[in-house]
Amino acid sequence: MGSYVPSTAEQRQEMLRTVGVSSLEDLYTDVPASIRMPDLQLENGQSELEVSAAIQKMAEKNHLFGSVFRGAGAYNHYIPAIVRRVTSKEEFLTAYTPYQAEISQGILQSIFEYQTMICELTGMDASNASVYDGACAAAEAAAMCRDRKRSRVLISAATHPMVIQTILTYCEGADAEAVLVPAKDGATDLESLRELLCNTDACFYMQQPNFNGLIEDAEALGELVHAAGAKFIMGVNPIAAAVLKTPRECGADIAVGEGQPLGMPLSFGGPYLGFMACTKELFRKLPGRIVGETADAAGRRCYVLTLQAREQHIRREKASSNICSNEALCAMTASVYMAAMGPAGMQKTAALCYSKAHYLAEQICALPGFSLTYAADFFHEFVTKTPVPAEALLTVLEENDILGGLPVENGILWCTTEKNTKEQIDQLVALLKEAASV
Amino acid sequence: MKLIFEKSVPGRACTLLPDCDVPMAAIPETFVRKAPPHLPELSETDISRHYTELAKCVHGVNDGFYPLGSCTMKYNPALNEEMAGLAGFTGVHPLQPEHTVQGSLEVLAKAEEILCKVTGMDTMTFQPAAGAHGELTGLLLIKAYHRARGDAQRTKIIVPDSAHGTNPASASMTGFTVVNIPSGADGCVDLEKLRAAVGPDTAGLMLTNPNTLGLFDKNILEITRIVHEAGGLNYYDGANLNAVMGVARPGDMGFDVVHLNLHKTFSTPHGGGGPGSGAVGAKSLLAPFLPNRHVKCQGDFYAFEDAPQTIGSVKAFYGNFLVVVRALCYMLVLGEDGMRDASQMAVLNANYLKKLLEPHCEVANEGICMHEFVLTLEKLKKETGVSAMDVAKSMLDYGMHPPTMYFPLIVHEALMLEPTETESKETLDWAAGVIAEILEKAHTEPEALHNAPVTTPVGRPDEVAAARNPKLRAVFDA
Repeated sequence: MGSYVPSTAEQRQEMLRTVGVSSLEDLYTDVPASIRMPDLQLENGQSELEVSAAIQKMAEKNHLFGSVFRGAGAYNHYIPAIVRRVTSKEEFLTAYTPYQAEISQGILQSIFEYQTMICELTGMDASNASVYDGACAAAEAAAMCRDRKRSRVLISAATHPMVIQTILTYCEGADAEAVLVPAKDGATDLESLRELLCNTDACFYMQQPNFNGLIEDAEALGELVHAAGAKFIMGVNPIAAAVLKTPRECGADIAVGEGQPLGMPLSFGGPYLGFMACTKELFRKLPGRIVGETADAAGRRCYVLTLQAREQHIRREKASSNICSNEALCAMTASVYMAAMGPAGMQKTAALCYSKAHYLAEQICALPGFSLTYAADFFHEFVTKTPVPAEALLTVLEENDILGGLPVENGILWCTTEKNTKEQIDQLVALLKEAASV
Repeated sequence: MKLIFEKSVPGRACTLLPDCDVPMAAIPETFVRKAPPHLPELSETDISRHYTELAKCVHGVNDGFYPLGSCTMKYNPALNEEMAGLAGFTGVHPLQPEHTVQGSLEVLAKAEEILCKVTGMDTMTFQPAAGAHGELTGLLLIKAYHRARGDAQRTKIIVPDSAHGTNPASASMTGFTVVNIPSGADGCVDLEKLRAAVGPDTAGLMLTNPNTLGLFDKNILEITRIVHEAGGLNYYDGANLNAVMGVARPGDMGFDVVHLNLHKTFSTPHGGGGPGSGAVGAKSLLAPFLPNRHVKCQGDFYAFEDAPQTIGSVKAFYGNFLVVVRALCYMLVLGEDGMRDASQMAVLNANYLKKLLEPHCEVANEGICMHEFVLTLEKLKKETGVSAMDVAKSMLDYGMHPPTMYFPLIVHEALMLEPTETESKETLDWAAGVIAEILEKAHTEPEALHNAPVTTPVGRPDEVAAARNPKLRAVFDA
């Protein structure tokens, strides 16, 4: 049996004597005998060495691709070495939610700094301390906007399918209606949105850049939404957000997004980070933890969890959300990432992503039979039509240790980041050329 | 301490990225933001020192005793961190072809198999990211189950008043009406009140067992039977599973759906508030409704499968995968014997500490407790004016993390202690001594306790001012 219990056999006896029972089993007399001490039919414990070997064997069954051209909600960015060094500090790793402010200033201040950075990235006035991921952030944002009079949620069909699924699941749970606004030419169809909007709509959610990688005309969408009296929610990619018009500049009431690109490894989908920020008109509706600045009796600046009257442990069934644990360490990861990058590094990352995507698109579209599926400009993802079935191309790429783009309805959704070198891109294009001409 | 922004120097930067090796393409002006985000400009030295300074102002499990009731602050094994950091796990894209991620799928399948045996459930999803997220998921399963049977009038969820706040909040989020029922003084379910509350509109009951007073509800089989007979389902809040691993299974107690907090019971770190994992286990009657992308083993090949009547997704992808890796390491190290021993020792440690404290203060309930217990300092407050808050804050000066304060709500001046099994007898002896000393001081120097802590980087923050005049971000001069 492996164990992390420090008590020796003698100590156990001594403690049992103090408690006044003769065996560990005697501690459980309240458990009905018919269900006590079941045979779990599990193996007994193993040594650290054995478990280490077993888990490593599992990790080795995964294939790590030499180059990655797939995004679609999870992005293969460079993670500065300082990010992992800082976030693996045991104080940060092993602390609970900072309820005891006096011995949690390090975490509280880091969250305050995170909230500030998210506000800077989005142009918003207030941010919470994080939610589970970008999809949950979108669903929670929609919930912030719903009330008795306005309960319907509109979602752009050009949103990541898993984000749509998550919003729909949350809405269905709350017995709220949710409707997809169709896309046209790969982007949200303005005319459809205009026709759909009515005075019982709570909000409209759109993604920038959208699932097809296209840069949407967010301002125009926002104007329509506001004219109908609904709230405008933008889901933004945080790397793109460093250069694109901010959600605030586009008129958004709430900005959310998947924070994974900010220093979190791909990790088979999690843990990631849902960020949420909003205007000052809405911050009292934000779900989850929020840190605020205050002072102690000696006048020293310090930080606390605040506005807790919104939260489940105070409001119970009337709380704005049920969220308790969030993704605190991921939020710190994002902070360290943004601190290491600085404004210039964030913008350089974005510029590299954009340039490489446009170079790749140009090279692919120069091949016979390949073309961009949609005409609008894109950030670091784009869809191409292919002359042969996508799967055939992707298999050839896989044989050459390349994870190609994601097969989607109208072709392949490609993605580049600053990690894709010209050499990788040229190799990819050469392989596509060969595979398509067979 | 200075904010990271206050350490920024214009023009300073880390050198992280190469120059562009393809032709630079300019993003059209019409898409571009007016000004870059105001982020700090720092060297790597600055960043390293900033966070080292912050780390010195944090108390984690690795810094000392952390008996935060209901949170199961056990030691987080180093092996877990090492395994979760393996490139084979961190480097895989969630949308890779299934045959290239068999290792990740095996982790999920193996963890499901073990946890189903521990809980007595038939199936499990790892999509929920935290306990409350698991509650939301479990309640959606209950809702889908009743709807699929054409039993849509079941709109009420029964919650005892000793429950965690997340229970009623989750029930509201999933469109249910919450029926609060009063508990007995021991936090246990009042059977008569329960019988009176159930009916044709009952969708289910949410229960924590052991309850939030640290007692195992002796009537558990009767409780779940009453709900089942009324046509409702039983939801198990796994926050307190650390008392009963290998000792009693929620499935055997009569529960149909459970959530686990892998970040409590299964030793994964809390990270200052997350990420966690709120895995949800269910009996087979709820399997058709599971969130999508559930791992199935087909021969010797693992693949994702969507349940036929899935509730959809509660999150993108498959949950907090690296947290599941850590929990699996822990379960493999402990095995069946180790899990049972961990729970038994968690219960022994709690009873031992309780016994040592009994001469010094009032415990909310007499007799044997499970993995945690609650002190009630109502009498102390009346006699000395010293509150549970004052006592808790005084512990900070001794290097101990305070217990959970003012919870459960049904106990006045409550302090809830959960030592966990990874604390030694020496630590418990020391902690009991510290608490006894503080309680003694309450009579002799109450003023000192009102002013505690005095050794921490800051004193008690003005929470009222923080809420009245919210400053939620740093503001920069234009």
